[in-house]
Amino acid sequence: MRKFAQYSPLCNPSDITPEHKFLSRRALIAGGMGFAAAQVLGFHRRALAQGAGGALMFTRNAKYTVAEAPNSFKDISTYNNYYEFGTGKSDPSENAQQFHTRPWSVTVEGESEIKGTFTLEDILKPHPLEERIYRMRCVEAWSMIVPWVGFPLSDLLKRFKPTSKAKFVQFTTLLDPKQMPGERGSVLNWPYSEGLRIDEAMHPLTLMTVGLYGKVLPNQNGAPLRLIVPWKYGFKGIKAINRIKFIERMPETTWAESAPSEYGFYANVNPAVDHPRWSQATERHIGGSLFDQRRPTLPFNGYDKEVASLYTGMNLQKFF
Amino acid sequence: MTASRWLLKPLVFVACLGPAIYLLIGAFNLWGVSLGADPVHELLHTCGNWALKFLLITLCMTPLRDMTHAIVWQRLRRMFGLFAFFYVILHFAIYIVLDQSDQLGAVWQDIIKRPYITIGMLALLLLIPLAATSTAAMQRRLGRRWTMLHRLIYPIAILGVWHYWWGVKKDIREPLVFACVLSLLLGYRLFKRYRPRLHSRPLAVRERV
Repeated sequence: MRKFAQYSPLCNPSDITPEHKFLSRRALIAGGMGFAAAQVLGFHRRALAQGAGGALMFTRNAKYTVAEAPNSFKDISTYNNYYEFGTGKSDPSENAQQFHTRPWSVTVEGESEIKGTFTLEDILKPHPLEERIYRMRCVEAWSMIVPWVGFPLSDLLKRFKPTSKAKFVQFTTLLDPKQMPGERGSVLNWPYSEGLRIDEAMHPLTLMTVGLYGKVLPNQNGAPLRLIVPWKYGFKGIKAINRIKFIERMPETTWAESAPSEYGFYANVNPAVDHPRWSQATERHIGGSLFDQRRPTLPFNGYDKEVASLYTGMNLQKFF
Repeated sequence: MTASRWLLKPLVFVACLGPAIYLLIGAFNLWGVSLGADPVHELLHTCGNWALKFLLITLCMTPLRDMTHAIVWQRLRRMFGLFAFFYVILHFAIYIVLDQSDQLGAVWQDIIKRPYITIGMLALLLLIPLAATSTAAMQRRLGRRWTMLHRLIYPIAILGVWHYWWGVKKDIREPLVFACVLSLLLGYRLFKRYRPRLHSRPLAVRERV
């Protein structure tokens, strides 16, 4: 495994500067909280090294919030679609507890100037973390509100200097049937893979996510590294990412490959395009009372102002 | 007869109510029983699942009678059939009231647009005359026609399992188990009807299928 330390373009002295900036920014935040910057950084790294449940240092990004209260930690961490750990909603929380998210590495390849295999610590090091409260809409017509902790995916991708040929980004989940019992079966084509168009990947809403409720992600929620694309159905939010590939042509994605008439590459939340077997016009919000009404589903999950322009001129009935 | 009427039947009755009672307790979060983050989904699917299980249990009674030559299975058959109906109705009521929040327009759209819901609905409708004619009096009154009518259980069970199979997102393992059990049970009946005559007894003494 190659580390950043041995990889010059990412680790030459000029690249240290952003970290100084990062440090001073953290110091400002930390100063207000009565911490020294060095402690904060150490704290941050220690927490990430700990794995699930460790407290993270982050700032709350007030720009991304939802008026309504987020779902409970319990709901978010026990109701998961993560077929690598079983197809039942509670299977991941039951089967992912022993999953090893440390040490972890991410391989970057394809159409970028900088490639290689990097440790998780190297991936995360330069990025200040922020909390964003996002709506989450599952393709199964239920929804939640989740306080994620992460950083813009674009900040990470830019570090690898994608070339002009990088029209799409493909992400892959760890393939490890020993640890992931679901991967021993054939319910999906393993390893799980997802993709975004480069402009979607670079969009400020797209979040590389490492935490939930201010703590390191629980394993069942996709630790150590998962994607959150809040205007798309939840299955685009690939979990336990260990490969990022810049490519020129639209990649195959797991669900679209498994049932092309039901799941598309774009998978934008769209109340006007039904899943063939159920309506997408409404959703059931998790965490309410038994008799709560279904809610109308919002175009682009309520993020239409931010993202609708990405799809100008596209027939979204066809490119669902 | 007496033992079956006063002991076995009430016991089986209470046992069959078990899943419904559990769901009721869970729905109100009593005694620490929880149905998880999405109780509506859990209620809906658990009831549908038990409806299918009871259909298959009902279909087991005749083979069990044939194998054991005990009459007790025959006595339980109606109760299991009615419990299948009971859980189907619960499944449907939960779908309308809790899942679709009484939006009857949306329900109607589902029924006409989504084949797996169409066939589930059809299975439910076909079950109604069976439940309505389940009493001993109706059985006597309809005679042979009762037997004919109640053969509807076969297409109903097929539609029910098919409905489940089509409805699941991707993991078909459980509907597959239901389909295998149903195939065995239906296969048994086909075998009984069309079994090779090589060793068969003279036609006159062959039991009726």
